[in-house]
Amino acid sequence: MNSFNSRYHRQVILPEIGSAGQEKLDASKILVIGAGGLGCPILQYLAAAGIGTIGIVDYDTVDISNLHRQILYGTTSLGINKALAAKQRLTDLNPEITITAYPEKLTPKNAVSLFSEYDIIVDGTDNFSTRYLINDACIIANKPLVYGAIFKFEGQVSVFNYQNGPTYRCLFPEPPKAGSVPSCAEIGVLGVLPGIIGSMQANEVLKIILGLGDVLAGKLFMYDCLSTQSSTFTINRVESEISKVQASANSFETIDYDLFCGVSQIMEITANDATTIENAQFIDVRETHEQPKIDYLDPIYIPLGSLEQKLITISKEKKTIVFCQSGIRSKKAVEILFQNGFKDVSHIKGGAIALYNTISESNLTG
Amino acid sequence: MQLNIKYFGMLAEATTISEEQLQTDACSVSQLVEKLKNQYPKLKGTDFKVAINQQLVDQSHIINSEVEVALLPPFAGG
Repeated sequence: MNSFNSRYHRQVILPEIGSAGQEKLDASKILVIGAGGLGCPILQYLAAAGIGTIGIVDYDTVDISNLHRQILYGTTSLGINKALAAKQRLTDLNPEITITAYPEKLTPKNAVSLFSEYDIIVDGTDNFSTRYLINDACIIANKPLVYGAIFKFEGQVSVFNYQNGPTYRCLFPEPPKAGSVPSCAEIGVLGVLPGIIGSMQANEVLKIILGLGDVLAGKLFMYDCLSTQSSTFTINRVESEISKVQASANSFETIDYDLFCGVSQIMEITANDATTIENAQFIDVRETHEQPKIDYLDPIYIPLGSLEQKLITISKEKKTIVFCQSGIRSKKAVEILFQNGFKDVSHIKGGAIALYNTISESNLTG
Repeated sequence: MQLNIKYFGMLAEATTISEEQLQTDACSVSQLVEKLKNQYPKLKGTDFKVAINQQLVDQSHIINSEVEVALLPPFAGG
């Protein structure tokens, strides 16, 4: 109890919180989905503040390109599942709380039952399919949702489904056309921006639990870190959008959110598997100057920009495996091939860099 | 009438400006959006919501004079 008092002393002496507030934090259960750019600061502040039970959902592993913004992790976390790596670091930060790691993908099958075990759901994900899934599962499980999202130098924050307030679908009923809103992996992000937006999400969680201030429900907060300007917009609850989701409750487990968001199921294979596949045609969609060349796979060289003009040079009968430098352009190439009637198409995770490392490590020559 | 229009996120990239003053005779949000899409063809491939004086409105909303219009796109990143 001594440690309990000292650890939280600086917030407990705030008359607005006090020991009664600290007990509320200790009794609360928060589920954070996505332990990436937004998830890291959310988790750090919630764990530090003494939220009694924290759940972390993330199926991805820590990559070195994450470390400029996901500062919960260090180089020793590389290759480790994010939910597990986050739990390890947060347990060191605050061993007095309960942390459960879910190193798996959130799906319509597990979302509602998982959400029902927590008081507040926090969205720190990076794609529309999961954002709509989270919103809809929050409507069905009747849980408040603390939302944050970023684009380059700008961020959005809101609290949805709170005390009969509006939901994400009242703001954006339909997802944007697939591919029309680029991701951080494609266009980049300033590391500090998810730090700011994620911290604001953690703040909204604490306000809800402690009953402090005005919760950002029914409002969309927009922030631009270059102009340092912010704006807040009022959102109305749209009953018809919410009842559509409620009506889907019985068949919720069968909804395909990737399909809803126009995301095709892109088959991804590892560099290691790619080097052992027989009778496949490999396509290198990088520009001709890009290194290292992967002669071992004897690829057809077609830069992404000219892929549509050169489809005739690719056989539709053979298994087709596409790669680029790191695995982003090759996803686009797979989409183009799908649209043009190619069926057995996949791309290589990590691209030529991963291939080069795999081939060097196993002393394959070529 | 004179409108002050703000573009957020990728919409500012599509129009190459973040804010402008616009003199227009458009009277509903849908008419204004159509006019802007003609003026900035790159807006045609984008999805966004419109706020009038910091309040999200639907396409049929009638715009009165001297208002601030904001075009808000969805963000996915995290």
